[in-house]
Amino acid sequence: MMPKKKIRSYLINLAAAAFVFIVVYLALQLGWINSYYRSILILICINSIMTISLNLATGLLGELCLGHAGFMAVGAYTTALISLNSGLPTYVGLTLGILAGAVTAGIAAVLVGIPALRLRGDYLAIITLAFGQIITILIRSLGFTGGALGLNGIPLTTDFPLTYWMLIVTMYIVYALIRSRQGRAILAIREDDIAAEASGINVTRYKMLAFVISAMLAGVAGALYAHYQGVLTPEKFDYNYSIDFMVMVVFGGMGSITGSILAAIVLTILPQLLYGFSDYRMLLYSILLIALMIFKPSGLLGQKELSQRVFQRLGRQLLGKKPQTVPVEADIPTTVVDEDTYLTEQGSGDSGVGGSSTRGQENLPVSGTPIAEAEGKHQERLGLDTQGDEPLTRKHKGRR
Amino acid sequence: MTYFITQFINGLQIGAIYALIALGYTMVYGIIKLINFAHGDLMMVGAYIAFFALSDWGLPIYLAAAVSMVGTAILGVVIDRIAYKPLRDASRLSALITAIAVSLLLQNACMLLFSSSPRRFPTVTANLPTISIGNSTVNVIVFISIALAVALMMILNLFVNKTRIGKAMLAVSEDMRAAQLMGINVDFIVSLTFAIGSALAAFAAILYLFSYPQIEPYMGAMPGIKAFIAAVLGGIGIIPGAMVGGFLLGIIESMAKAYIPSAFSQITDAVVFLVLILVLLIKPSGLMGKPEKVKV
Repeated sequence: MMPKKKIRSYLINLAAAAFVFIVVYLALQLGWINSYYRSILILICINSIMTISLNLATGLLGELCLGHAGFMAVGAYTTALISLNSGLPTYVGLTLGILAGAVTAGIAAVLVGIPALRLRGDYLAIITLAFGQIITILIRSLGFTGGALGLNGIPLTTDFPLTYWMLIVTMYIVYALIRSRQGRAILAIREDDIAAEASGINVTRYKMLAFVISAMLAGVAGALYAHYQGVLTPEKFDYNYSIDFMVMVVFGGMGSITGSILAAIVLTILPQLLYGFSDYRMLLYSILLIALMIFKPSGLLGQKELSQRVFQRLGRQLLGKKPQTVPVEADIPTTVVDEDTYLTEQGSGDSGVGGSSTRGQENLPVSGTPIAEAEGKHQERLGLDTQGDEPLTRKHKGRR
Repeated sequence: MTYFITQFINGLQIGAIYALIALGYTMVYGIIKLINFAHGDLMMVGAYIAFFALSDWGLPIYLAAAVSMVGTAILGVVIDRIAYKPLRDASRLSALITAIAVSLLLQNACMLLFSSSPRRFPTVTANLPTISIGNSTVNVIVFISIALAVALMMILNLFVNKTRIGKAMLAVSEDMRAAQLMGINVDFIVSLTFAIGSALAAFAAILYLFSYPQIEPYMGAMPGIKAFIAAVLGGIGIIPGAMVGGFLLGIIESMAKAYIPSAFSQITDAVVFLVLILVLLIKPSGLMGKPEKVKV
């Protein structure tokens, strides 16, 4: 049984999602948003789905995937071929196509994952990089995919409501996953795969689970994209396209779903606004990535989420009321930076306490954080809405 | 049969190039456990430097090669100091993302500076003789390339195994912390590793240009990935492994190109990746590697 509180929180989120939808939808219907911005809105939703799905693999599982556009391409081409050749009624074909796109992308992920995910180390990065290259070569040389010319005349059935609700479904899937038993296993693998394995977690299986779900969501995004663009060419899904999503994930915060959406919004609109941006886009992205990794490797939001609690706290601060809960909660934004340090004792390079530790000092308990202070942080974090990065033991109580 | 022999020689030549690039990957990985995704692009920069040294400054080829190697080595060290060094203690994911960003930075900076249209590398091999094998001919530059690459690898091997600094490099790759306690200047060794790796990549670029005289900003990507696969094939982190893996991969690729019907010619790149998948499935530690024990 779901606890009452959890149901309530899901209902509030659903209501918020519906509210945003109604506002935007009305604005679209009343003509306040022209067709140019409508198409950008759809693109934002598709990019958000891609970014969340990549965040599942990179931010939550901790494996670098450099060929996510490849999974998107698999989904897109599957759907497009079904829509073009099946002769089913439009929406039946679309539904079937999206499902089929997810399944084929998932199968591709299994094939890619089997050699790479059994191993420790960074093999997934290399093998997905290879996959991204191979898939475009394959699409170009196979006959039924239209070759280098691509596929034309795919029915334009992707509209705002469809992509929006697919985005909400994606968010729900990833949230539900990371709050489940399986999700905690995935987060444990990210924190320390050796310790996770020692605790009886089947590392390969859960890595595979997260990676396949991630690829399936990318397949869904691809399916939506095919019916949004109407034209598919293999060049679209190249390495740089995969990097676009990687930049969004890192910029938004590795492990933060709302951060992914924020980043997708910003980085989808920005290229449209700046004239001549496309020449310098990849250069700027690369500098942005290097700077982020050096100065704020956790991205904009880190692992935090924009959630009801954040908005409640914001509301209280705006109204000038004192927080009603424990007073320590007030200064959370400044102190939570080094929760990773506290958890894993390895200092993830954050600008916090552990960040500047030099070699040789590392064997100190929490690189400069006294135990008592760390305990204090532990307490504070009870009031924070961080998902997943809390010590696993505490979460287990009452949830299982 | 002569066809086979010519293809084999071609395989050795491209294999020598892969081996030289793979050495850079494997040495850096051995010491700081980072896949330096920018390594293929360092090769590209080396190619550009050699091009300008040859055509704009009018230097002879051996001087152009020297300038290119020195320039690329300096760039490699600078990249390490600016981008990788601050992340030495950070998570692997951060370091990997930085490496990818550096690769993108090099590609796109070169594209803005030199435009994406390919440049033609001047032919320095025009009046060299050819050697005929049966009814096909092979330019003598192919043999010179292979000989130069092998000579360079032998020098590297001697340097690493016999000199004080080379032994320090081995020690650091064995255990960085312990090497530091023994009084080895780890930062210097890491910089030196980057310098040697980058110089080898620049040398590989020049050998590459002898047979494929086209220079463009993305030219390093494919040889980079393939050389990495060669490093994995031989056993990542193991210097002789990179050499063996490089030659082996070159021969495999050359044979695939020769014997796969031309209708599927685009698939030949996929063969190399098939090798990677097979290695990871069968012997992930590579041909010369020993199974790695993980400690908590």
